[in-house]
Amino acid sequence: MKKVITGNQAVAYGAILSRVDVVSAYPITPQTTIVEELSELIASGRLRTKFLKVESEHSAMAALIGASTGGVRCFTATSSHGLAYMHEMLHWASGARLPIVMVNVNRAIGPPWNIWSDQSDSLSQRDTGWIQLYCENNQEVLDTILQAFRIAEWGKLPVMVVLDAFVLSHTSEAVEIPTLEEVDQFLPPYLQEYAIDTREPMAFSVIATPEYFLEFRYKIQRAMEEVPQIAKKVNEEFKSRFGRGYGAIERYGKEEAEVLLMTSGTVTSTSRIVIQKLAEKGVSVAGIKIKRFRPFPSEEIYEAIQGAKKLAVIDRNLSAGVGGIFAQELRASLYSKEERPPVFGFISGLGGRDITPELIEEAIHYTWEHPRPEEEVLWLGLKK
Amino acid sequence: MKKMEIPLSENLGHGHLACAGCGAAISMRLTLKALGERTILVIPASCWSIIPGFWPYSSYRVTAIHAGFVTGGATASGVRAALDVRGDRETLVAVWAGDGGTFDIGIQALSGAAERNEDFIYICNDNEGYMNTGTQRSSATPQLAWTTTTPVMQPKENPKKDIMAIMADHQIPYAATATVAYPEDLLRKLEKAKKIQGTRFIHLLSPCPPGWKISSELSVKISRLAVRSRVFPLYEIENGRTYTLQEESHVVPVKEYLKLQGRFSHLREVDIEETQRRVDDSWERLLRKARC
Repeated sequence: MKKVITGNQAVAYGAILSRVDVVSAYPITPQTTIVEELSELIASGRLRTKFLKVESEHSAMAALIGASTGGVRCFTATSSHGLAYMHEMLHWASGARLPIVMVNVNRAIGPPWNIWSDQSDSLSQRDTGWIQLYCENNQEVLDTILQAFRIAEWGKLPVMVVLDAFVLSHTSEAVEIPTLEEVDQFLPPYLQEYAIDTREPMAFSVIATPEYFLEFRYKIQRAMEEVPQIAKKVNEEFKSRFGRGYGAIERYGKEEAEVLLMTSGTVTSTSRIVIQKLAEKGVSVAGIKIKRFRPFPSEEIYEAIQGAKKLAVIDRNLSAGVGGIFAQELRASLYSKEERPPVFGFISGLGGRDITPELIEEAIHYTWEHPRPEEEVLWLGLKK
Repeated sequence: MKKMEIPLSENLGHGHLACAGCGAAISMRLTLKALGERTILVIPASCWSIIPGFWPYSSYRVTAIHAGFVTGGATASGVRAALDVRGDRETLVAVWAGDGGTFDIGIQALSGAAERNEDFIYICNDNEGYMNTGTQRSSATPQLAWTTTTPVMQPKENPKKDIMAIMADHQIPYAATATVAYPEDLLRKLEKAKKIQGTRFIHLLSPCPPGWKISSELSVKISRLAVRSRVFPLYEIENGRTYTLQEESHVVPVKEYLKLQGRFSHLREVDIEETQRRVDDSWERLLRKARC
């Protein structure tokens, strides 16, 4: 069934269709309508989902850590300051190997206060051991949540599904909503390997000495290394059932291009149009959408950039002192490779300023015209 | 006080790492006897993150979930939710948190859980300071006490936070104080709590030999003196309204309680008199609440 729904409604449908057992959340703009929608759907009594309306984001994640240890499927959603407030518990969720799925609606972190789209919130959680998947449209949001539970429960790692504030969260699009039966076929009930059972008492998250701690972390790294294969298989199955799919990255436009533009989230939609227009005018440019940020799709990207002379990245995020985070990760992933085309790192659209077709065109032209970037951090649309 | 049988089962195993004379080790042993095997213990950061031992061992013979410092109320809410979804209404969820994890850093999560009347027993093991990190002041540290962050030249300035009043005002079905010198009283209260649904709170005073600078054989005696001096009266509050006092007939001056503890050894006579006045005042307030 196709429905015209907002990104946040797509989130709520995704969670409900996944038959989540426990939801625990705290409202924050622009995530709020997810919490409201879930309250409505759960109150209607169609599912046995229990909704803990906790007093903070920190408690939202802590409650899910308790519930997930209890062996049930868990979901939450947050944004910006809420995500930052959860930070300690994000480490805890991955350290305890709990397959929690969380949606983060990208929003800037203040001060100055700002409620609009900016990836600095989710990207500042990059070292917490969570898989991170970025979405371009509302259909992808719903589908990614369904896939996220499969990946999380298979890999025993938590997954963050990320969408842009307002551009997706509060914008309506036509979304194909699968039936509960169809989703049941794809996503079977969650069976935890080490669920609590008082007949066989166990202690969870016990203190580990230096003699053992390293091995715990090694296992998380290994689990992350397996994610690309797991995600690929999950996506293939999803595609065969629903006729839609999403890779870790997507290369679009001309097959051969000198300049490749990398984007994530909704900036990709605008970039598709700009790149098509420029390509028609004879500019040798194509695009790469990065969906999966953690684990970073280094191999997929390297394969996709073969033949390219220059790489441009538009980051709607900032790690002050370094620049854009996607650009930084891309540079790091290329260092050990033979082909290392120059990376042009552009910052744009922080705090929700529109990344217009003109700005994207400017980035492509700059990259086209310069053999190397004149500066490590290039700013698009900066008021002088 | 009525005598009762103490269960023979042991749910705290040997080989744990508590200090000699640790009041909380006795409290934990008794508590686990009362709670029984079908219990899931949630342990936010405290001495009890360390005492049961290091991975891959644990002295807990019940299921234990170690949790982040601030998260006692929240983690337990989640565990309860999971059990409910699984249709398990038999298993008991209990939090065992320190005074830091209850009075201070964990009070938000606890208050949230109590307001939602989450179905678990929350035990605050109060040793009146951050003892796991080496005796720093908490908001449960008594006024004028020494700790490493309230040195004798500038002992703790403010009175201990009244956690029982705070919990009572959440109108939870049951809140009670208890301490190790009165094991029958502790067990009776835990048994009573087990039969009640909703958030149940036990404020458990556990003397700490290194933190209170007391000799390790004095824990039980000091626990008894805390009650007899009315520094720590034993009582219950039902639904935030009905108070029941377990009055000690043998009342002693506060000085008897203070003089055995090195953390109060810098107190002058005027300080002791001031402490006595404060204790008398708190007792009067408690009596007024109990009478109405």
